[in-house]
Amino acid sequence: MAKQLKTIKSDFPILDQKVNDEPLVYLDNAATTQKPKAVVEALDHYYYTDNSNVHRGVHTLAERATEQFEAARQKIADFINAPAKKNILFTRGTTQGLNWIAASYGEANVHEGDEIVISYMEHHSNLVPWQQLALEKKAVLKYIKMNDDGTLDMADAKQQITDKTKIVSIAHVSNVLGVVNPIKELAAIAHEHGAIMVGDGAQSTPHMAVDVQDLDVDFYAFSGHKMLGPTGIGVLYGKTEILEAMAPIEFGGEMIDFVDLYQSSWKELPWKFEAGTPDISGAIGLGAAVDYLNEIGMDNIQQHEQDIVNYVLPKLLAIEDLEVYGPADPSKHTGVIAFNLKGLHPHDLATALDMEGVAVRAGHHCAQPLMKYLAVPATARASFYLYNDLQDADRLVDAILAAKEFFKHGSI
Amino acid sequence: MGLSRLDNLYRQVILDHSEHPHHHGTLDGATSDIELRNPTCGDVLQLQLELEDDKIKDIAFSGEGCTISQASASMMTDAVLGKTVAQADNMVEVFSELIVGDKEVNTDILEDAAVLEGVKQFPARIKCAMLAWKALHKALASDDHTAEIGELHSHDSKEGD
Repeated sequence: MAKQLKTIKSDFPILDQKVNDEPLVYLDNAATTQKPKAVVEALDHYYYTDNSNVHRGVHTLAERATEQFEAARQKIADFINAPAKKNILFTRGTTQGLNWIAASYGEANVHEGDEIVISYMEHHSNLVPWQQLALEKKAVLKYIKMNDDGTLDMADAKQQITDKTKIVSIAHVSNVLGVVNPIKELAAIAHEHGAIMVGDGAQSTPHMAVDVQDLDVDFYAFSGHKMLGPTGIGVLYGKTEILEAMAPIEFGGEMIDFVDLYQSSWKELPWKFEAGTPDISGAIGLGAAVDYLNEIGMDNIQQHEQDIVNYVLPKLLAIEDLEVYGPADPSKHTGVIAFNLKGLHPHDLATALDMEGVAVRAGHHCAQPLMKYLAVPATARASFYLYNDLQDADRLVDAILAAKEFFKHGSI
Repeated sequence: MGLSRLDNLYRQVILDHSEHPHHHGTLDGATSDIELRNPTCGDVLQLQLELEDDKIKDIAFSGEGCTISQASASMMTDAVLGKTVAQADNMVEVFSELIVGDKEVNTDILEDAAVLEGVKQFPARIKCAMLAWKALHKALASDDHTAEIGELHSHDSKEGD
């Protein structure tokens, strides 16, 4: 690999700071990731030298902006092995992508009595759009159960997905349990029953090589900011024939072919879905993020994170009174690790870790049905990325032990 | 810095209230019933009041929350029990000023709750401390004092409402 993982931290200036007088250990990557200099410089360069609107105007800056914007789309198509750049729609993020599918494909294809199948571990963004669609259409929303270790119960998946099922939508990687769901297998089951398969790639695309054609998903949504890119840009991949048949969700400039007083026609893919001026700088920034990730290699990133999990998960499991959610087997667990210290609310734990310079998330992680399923009000969550290392893992473990000690003995 | 600064947040009296909360449970004769949630951390607080002759005759809370929100609720119930609606509302204002304001306030009326001043140094935890007081304010402000469900938003903490 061209870049050594051990020198990567220096590409992220934000990580070189003290928080509460302690060197920052950033472990909230499932929420959002930090940006390398290359991404911030790409934004700078675009705004300082090329800023212009895209797909219109004949002047040089407009041409440059359009060329870079569309080049970013191609990079992203290649990144997830989409057949072409017309399969890549720019969105605001995963949430918007999933909402678009529900609002357009769902609106046209789900009818009374039909089924939509999701799982108990879905993020609200892959749950509420389907729940609302089901309510509106009088369709049935069904949930696939989980095994005791937090992995998806595939025997139950085969029960839940039936000939009445129109849409199956599942997270590729859980944002709480850290498990990888067998999307390819689920897609095969969905297709056997004539349903489409939607993959929520928010927590997978940043951390592993994703091949949408191999997975055979019909749609796949992910967010730029969770993979080193800027906030406000995301991607919805769709199969060509489905996108071509699908009606646009928003109307306006950029997406029209010809407008008459009483009717209009749409541009071809992908532009018919992108009404209005898009997030040009966001797309270019995401393109730079993809370049950066490619330089390191997604397989290397996945291995690096697996090494950290192999190291830290047994250490966390060994802490008495620390409950760790998801599989205990590190090979089944990605770098998203949720946990609770017995007798202490995760919010209190997160504050203590913050005092030690360790940034983790505490809360329901936009997965309230999952919290209910686990019978906890909330959890703390550490999530690792390519710039984290074993020292960061040690800092997490030490901070949890210090917090445990602090709250055991009280203070003052 | 490490955890020593946490001593300002988790004073012993706070830990005691959280571990053994006062007025925890439900009331049979409740005249007000309110549920307030803190959506960012999943805390949920049910607050019940029994008002008689414009006074808080009894009060109880239940729900799920962190040390700070549980202790704050316990301290709040101690402080406002037996007070008039106007007195209790004034205490909400004094508490709010103590936690998010910049004016000097006389905190005697808040009793144990005055110790929560330390939360001021932990901006992420202000909402935890405010939850019970917000719930009280909403319960006192609503016309029929019944069955309201609300959510606490980040921008709420600095407002009177």
